[in-house]
Order: sequence, then C-alpha cells, then structure tokens
Amino acid sequence: MAMAQAKLDATDARLATLSLPTGGWAEAARRDALTRVQATGLPGRRDEYWKYTRPDMLTAATAAEAAIFDADEAPVFGEVDQLKLVFVDGVFDAAASDDLALDHVRIERLAEAGSADIHWARDLYGTLEIAGQTPVVRPLAALNTAFATDGVLIHVTGAAPKPIALVYHHSDPKSDVMLHHVIRMDAGAELTLLESGPVAARCNMVMEIDVADSAAFNHVRVQGRDHERQAATHIFARLGQESRFKSFTMTANGVMTRNECVIELTGDDASAHVAGACMGDGDFLHDDTVFITHDALNCESRQVFKKVLRNGATGVFQGKILVKAGAQKTDGYQISQSLLLDEDSQFLAKPELEIYADDVACSHGSTSGAIDEDALFYLRARGVPHGIATDLLTLSFLAEAVEEIEDAGLAEEIVTRMEAWLARRRG
Amino acid sequence: MSALDTTNVKEGVDRETVDAVREVGGKYKYGWETEIEMDYAPKGLTPDIVRLISEKNGEPDWMTDWRLAAYDRWLQMEEPDWAMVDYPEIDFQDQYYYARPKSMAEKPKSLDDVDPKLLETYKKLGIPLKEQMILAGVEGAEAAPAEGRKVAVDAVFDSVSVGTTFQKELKAAGVIFCSISEAIRDHPELVKKYLGSVVPVSDNFYATLNSAVFSDGSFVYVPPGVRCPMELSTYFRINAENTGQFERTLIIADKGSYVSYLEGCTAPMRDTSQLHAAVVEIIIEEDAEVKYSTVQNWYPGDENGKGGIYNFVTKRADCRGDRAKVMWTQVETGSAVTWKYPSCILRGDDSQGEFYSIAITNHHQQADTGTKMVHLGKRTKSRIVSKGISAGVAQNTYRGLVSMHPKAKESRNYTQCDSLLIGDKCGAHTVPYIEVKNNSSRVEHEATTSKVDDDQMFYCRQRGMDEEEAVALIVNGFAKEVLQALPMEFAMEAQQLVAISLEGSVG
Repeated sequence: MAMAQAKLDATDARLATLSLPTGGWAEAARRDALTRVQATGLPGRRDEYWKYTRPDMLTAATAAEAAIFDADEAPVFGEVDQLKLVFVDGVFDAAASDDLALDHVRIERLAEAGSADIHWARDLYGTLEIAGQTPVVRPLAALNTAFATDGVLIHVTGAAPKPIALVYHHSDPKSDVMLHHVIRMDAGAELTLLESGPVAARCNMVMEIDVADSAAFNHVRVQGRDHERQAATHIFARLGQESRFKSFTMTANGVMTRNECVIELTGDDASAHVAGACMGDGDFLHDDTVFITHDALNCESRQVFKKVLRNGATGVFQGKILVKAGAQKTDGYQISQSLLLDEDSQFLAKPELEIYADDVACSHGSTSGAIDEDALFYLRARGVPHGIATDLLTLSFLAEAVEEIEDAGLAEEIVTRMEAWLARRRG
Repeated sequence: MSALDTTNVKEGVDRETVDAVREVGGKYKYGWETEIEMDYAPKGLTPDIVRLISEKNGEPDWMTDWRLAAYDRWLQMEEPDWAMVDYPEIDFQDQYYYARPKSMAEKPKSLDDVDPKLLETYKKLGIPLKEQMILAGVEGAEAAPAEGRKVAVDAVFDSVSVGTTFQKELKAAGVIFCSISEAIRDHPELVKKYLGSVVPVSDNFYATLNSAVFSDGSFVYVPPGVRCPMELSTYFRINAENTGQFERTLIIADKGSYVSYLEGCTAPMRDTSQLHAAVVEIIIEEDAEVKYSTVQNWYPGDENGKGGIYNFVTKRADCRGDRAKVMWTQVETGSAVTWKYPSCILRGDDSQGEFYSIAITNHHQQADTGTKMVHLGKRTKSRIVSKGISAGVAQNTYRGLVSMHPKAKESRNYTQCDSLLIGDKCGAHTVPYIEVKNNSSRVEHEATTSKVDDDQMFYCRQRGMDEEEAVALIVNGFAKEVLQALPMEFAMEAQQLVAISLEGSVG
C-alpha cells in the first residue's frame, strides 16, 4: 500500500534536517538504512505499533526544547568502580572520561574508528538492527543507523574486570542526538554496562549487542530526570548458546520515552531477562516495547515491567514472546503491572504471545490498579504515617523488577534513587 | 439421538465424548446436502441485488433505503487484514447473495406445510423441531416433561426463516420471537429504533456488507419484567453452493427481563469455500439479562484445507441500563477461517459482561477470536475465560480488548486465556489489549500456553484408553469452565464436538 501523504511529508521533513556521514566501513550500512527509512517512512500516529504512543515528538523535524534539570543528588553509580565514558549532548568529552583501556576489552568510538575501511564492527553495525525489523518495522532505529554521529564500539574477549559506564550529560536545551553503540561479546566473555543521564533534549539511541556462546552481558540503565526530555532507544541483541543477557532500566520523569528491546535467542540453553521500573508524574509517557524471539531449544526469557504513575502520567507496555517452530522446551514469562496513584493516570498494555512449538511453557500476566487499601490500613494501624506507608508499598511493588539486577550494589543504588524520587513527592 | 435424552451433564461428560469419537470416525457429521430446488438471485452484488433482496422479503421503503446506504458505504471500505488469518482473496462478486428453497416461495402456514425434506434435514441435525412443535401444539406449556427443557426454534435454511415453533406460548408471555423479515413487517417501530444501534451500518467491512444484503435472521423482543418461558434457539445452515449467508439477529431485552438464546450452525461439505458474515445485536435495558450461547460447527474444510466456511461475524451486546447483564458463551469448532469478537459495551452502572469461549482448530483451520469489554459505567464488571486448542497445522489466536474508561470508576475485569497445543506444527497466539484509564478499577489478565500433559496422557493410556480418547478427555477437562457455562442441551453437543474436532490430531 502506498504510504500516506502525511507520513511521507513528515519523513521528508525530518530527513531534510540530516546529512548522511560518508566514507569508511559503515557507509554501505548507512546508505542501506536510509533507503529503508525512505521505504517505510517514519512511524505515524496510525501505525498499529504506535497505537498507544504518539510518535510525533520523536519524528518531528526539529526537537522540542528541554530545560536542563539541575541534579540535586550525587551522580548515579558514582561510587561504583568503573571505566567512565562521558558524552555531553552526544559529543564525547575526553577530558571527563577515563582512559579507554581495560583488560580483555577494546573500546573505540564510532566517530573515530568509522573512517577506516576495515573494522570488526562492520559485520554488526546495522546487521542486528535489520534482523529486528521483521516482522515489525522500527524506522527510528534505521534512521539512527543511517545518521548516528557517534557511539562506542566495544569488543570484549574475556571477563571485563570492571563495569563500563556511559554517562550522558545534557547541556544544550535544543540538543538533538543520535548515538549508535555496537558491542561484541566473544565466547565466554563477560561485561557489565552502565548507562546514566538524560543524553539530550531529544535522543535516538541504538545499541546492537552480539552475545556469543557462553558469554554474559549485564546492562543497568538509569534514564535522566529532565522533565521535558524525549528519548527513543532500541536494544538489539542476538544470543548464542548458553549465553546470558540481562537488562534493567529505571526511568523517572521525561515527557516521552520509548524503550524498545528486541532479542533473538539463537543458541540452545540461552537466557534473556529484560526488566524495567518507571515512575512518572504529570506530563509523562513511558513506553516499553519488547520483542523476544525464541529460535533455539531450551531457552528461557523473562520480562518484568513495573510502572508507578501519578498526576495524569501514562504508561505503555507492548511485549511479545514469539516462539518459532522447533524452539521446544521454551520457558517464556512476562509480567507487566502498573500502580495508578490517582484517578488521572493511565496504563495501556498489549502483552502478546505467538507460539508455534508445542512443548513450551509460556505465560504472561498484566494487572493494573490502585494501592492496596488493606495493606495501607495495616501499616497505618501500626503507626506508619500515610505518606511513608504509601512509599513503602510503592517500593515493594517496584521490587520485583529491581530484583532482576544481579549485582546487589547496583540494585541498592537503584532503590536509593527510587526512595529519593518518592520522598520528593511526599505530601 | 437428541442431546435432550441425557439429563445429567456432569456424569455423562466423558462417556459421551468417547462414544462420539467412536461413532463418527473422523468424518464431518453434518456434511450432507439436502436436495431441494433453490431459488437464486443472480451472482454478484449490485444495488439491484440489494433491492431484490429487500423486495423478496417484502420490505418497506425505509428498509430498502437503509440497505442501499449500507451498500454505498461498503463500496468505500477495505477488507480488514489485521487478524492472524490467511486466506485467498475473496471475490465478493462471485457469490450468491440470496437463495431460498423453492417450496418457500409461498410461506407455509404452519410447520406441517414445510417441505418434509427440510424437516428431515433438521432431524439429522438433531434439532428437536417436530417434537417440540407437537409438545407446544397439543399439551401447551405446562405439559412439558421434566427431562427436556423447552426450546423454541427459529430455523434459518440458507436465507429464509423456515418456521418458528412455540409462537403461541411466547405470545402469551408477550415475547416476540420471529424472523427479522417478519419483524420488519410487523414491528417496524422496534426494528427502526434498535436496528444498527449497537453495530452501526459503518461499523466494519463485514458488518456493513451484512447490513446491505442480510436476507433473514431472528428477532427477539422480551417486554419489561418478563422472564422468557423457554430458551430460544436459531439453527443456521448453509445448504446451497456458493451462497453467502448473511443473517441478522436483533435481540432486545427490555427492563427487568430475561432471555437465553441458543445458536447453532452447520454447513454441508464442499470443496470451495463459502462466506458467512452475520451480525448479532443485543440491547439490554435496566436490570435485564441475556445469555447468548453459540455452538459453531460450520464445515471446516477437509484435512488438506480445501473448502470450508469463512466465518466473519460481528456480535455485540449493549448493556444500556443499570445492572444489565450479558453472557456470551461460544464453542467454535468449525469454519476454515473464523473472525469473531462477541463484545460487551457496559454502559449502565453496575452492568456485567461475561465471555466464555472454547475455540478448537485442527488441520488447516484458522481462528482469530476473542472479545471486547468496554467499561463505561461505574462499578461495571467483566470476566473473560478463553480456551484455545490448536492441533494439526492450525492457527488459533485470542484477540481481546479490555477498556476501562475514565468514568468507569471501581470497575473490575478478570481475564484468563489458556492455550493448548497438540502437535508441533500448529500455533497458539494471544493478543490482548488492555487500556486502564482510572485507578479505582482493577484489571487482571493471565494467559498460559502449554501442551497436553505427559503425565495425564500416561495416566489415561495406562487405564486402557487409546491416544485419541485420552486427548479428548484431557481437552474436555481443559475446557470444563466454559462447557459448564453452556445451557445443558448445548453442553452435550459441545462435548461431542470437542472430540470430533480433534479427530486425527494425534498419532
């Protein structure tokens, strides 16, 4: 079917503001991605995959301004021993970053390494993103592959001795940023990747992760608290035999966030866990869109998403487990829950299962409701003030998602942020 | 044997199933064709055909205009393609939109005037039409024996309503139960007021097509405070080749009334596919209650996916008054392709909607079915229990919507969708949409997908059952919650169908 004129116009307007980086090993992939964006058009309001989230802010020709939020607390993961890479409005800040040297890890920047003709990332850049475009197109990711200005290329050959932290600062209220990271985990490699910060007024981020056999990838992300920031992020991961993938995202504030996570389990006995906890107040839309494909034997996947919403905030969850024919002994689990703290907030969910193999155990659950009055009464009867009791119950609601973080120290850090967020809003 | 012969459902369950499997030996039981001369309108769809259908039914001008408006609208619409079903493109101009048995050219005065061949057809289908008629005619209501509950039947043979039994007794209670074409003639004020008020003419492609060409169907009006003295039933049957059946059902339960409505469907075996696009509208006023039960057993096509019915149905109930209640129960075992979402609009405060469904697909069948629960009123409640069973190379999808509007305070929904896979070449899918726009409502959704449990199979096999018997027994257990929600007569038939549908799915 021909693309609607409105969509065509919007896509053209957006593309007119961008210029395709040329030269180097990534050029072919960039050109191909641009062709794909032109073929599908950017997401429109009538697309089924954007049923609950209006993509306008993310596709507009220019980004809406976002005021800089003065962080009133210590930097996230500040106490963790890490190798830090700092980006300010999407531009690498070498002075604020650590030396890019770590045992068993090779770290490069897309902007620098991109000029060479031959590079290991060539086989991956845009490749996993293309694989993730079927059966549903994700034009914002293709746009990113075409136009990303920078990002990190990480090749992990063994167990990384400490986490790599990507810290994103936001200093220009009009900044509009596209970053594209590629991570290659060799067989048996291990890495923990931390991400934190608002990135920019508007950011479009893609991360492609190839996890080879028996490798383990851990990811903990805290999206920045700037109220007006807009973000569209994509994680594309391919998992080999007996590999492990874990990703957790905490989001507080932000007028628009769409986090997509596309995982394909291609080797037997692999496991993928994706979790998210989000807290929204007022003008806030948070969308978690997850697509997990089981294409091997005896794999496990788990999706745990919790949303706390108040003052008209909106939470969206679209999760899918696709079990291909032959992917026997699959164990797929998915839960999405929202806690609506007042009458104006809303939760919109589409948890899907698509299953073509019979010897599987797949389930999903989704609930939505207010705080449990009985539990509240119990705490109040024991002398806990109303505000604190509500916070305690809210934290316990979020706990199931936080438990997906393997490292106790990192989990503690997340809980501290959650407590602070709740305390600031306590009446 | 009529299902009425057995009264105790619970004890008879498994025995019946096993008997049924043995009896039919994997053939579609209702796959014969009655040879009766038919009257066709020419193939294809034009305004003239719409006028012809309207004229044949002796309809007033306002009805003809209504149809023509729907036809115009239909021309501008596109066939929906979002369902997880895949079938060759339908040529809507290669269908007959009207067919009726020739002997019906003049309407029979009573059932005795009906072509005996037709009555034979119903007998084969197991509808106790004749006996029911005698019961009603001779002894009246009070003489009905205890073991058989009374059912008034409105049988639709291809496009024409053949006979409506029990008219007298229903009339005494004030219930109007007739074909929709009679209702248009005799009760135009009711039809004008309600037709298209739940499923608007422009609702969707198939509903609009139906609005233009529906040839007959049933009409029920239950006056205020009346509890309909018997269960009402319509039996649809597509007999003629290349005939689309487009029936239209309109049920109105006025304040404080109650009615239980049963619908059954079969079609003869053919190797070309046939189209069926029905619309059912139910209006439920204050304190009224409607139960609508369907056993859908249209011809599913053969083992290789040849032939079968395309079943594209729009069913919707509107709980307009406070405390109105509706319950949909469906057993979907037939059709090559099913596209069906019986829905509830819970408009009145404290109104309730329930949806119980078993959908079984085997061989090349595809089903995309589910429900919509739209909560608009305060303290409205809904419950969805869906059991999908997929075997062979079939695809079975549950697709549903639960929507809590901002004003639907303190409402409640519980959804459970379970899928069972038999064999490694079939598919089972769940596509729920959940929209919660206030915080005093609670919504819970659960779904599971699994296969027939090895331990259960082993247990049954050890006790001497063969594999097919064992599967039928386990599946009946899996679907029990829904089977129990069916009226007794249907529960028996449904259990037999479960077993028949799964024939050839194991081994």
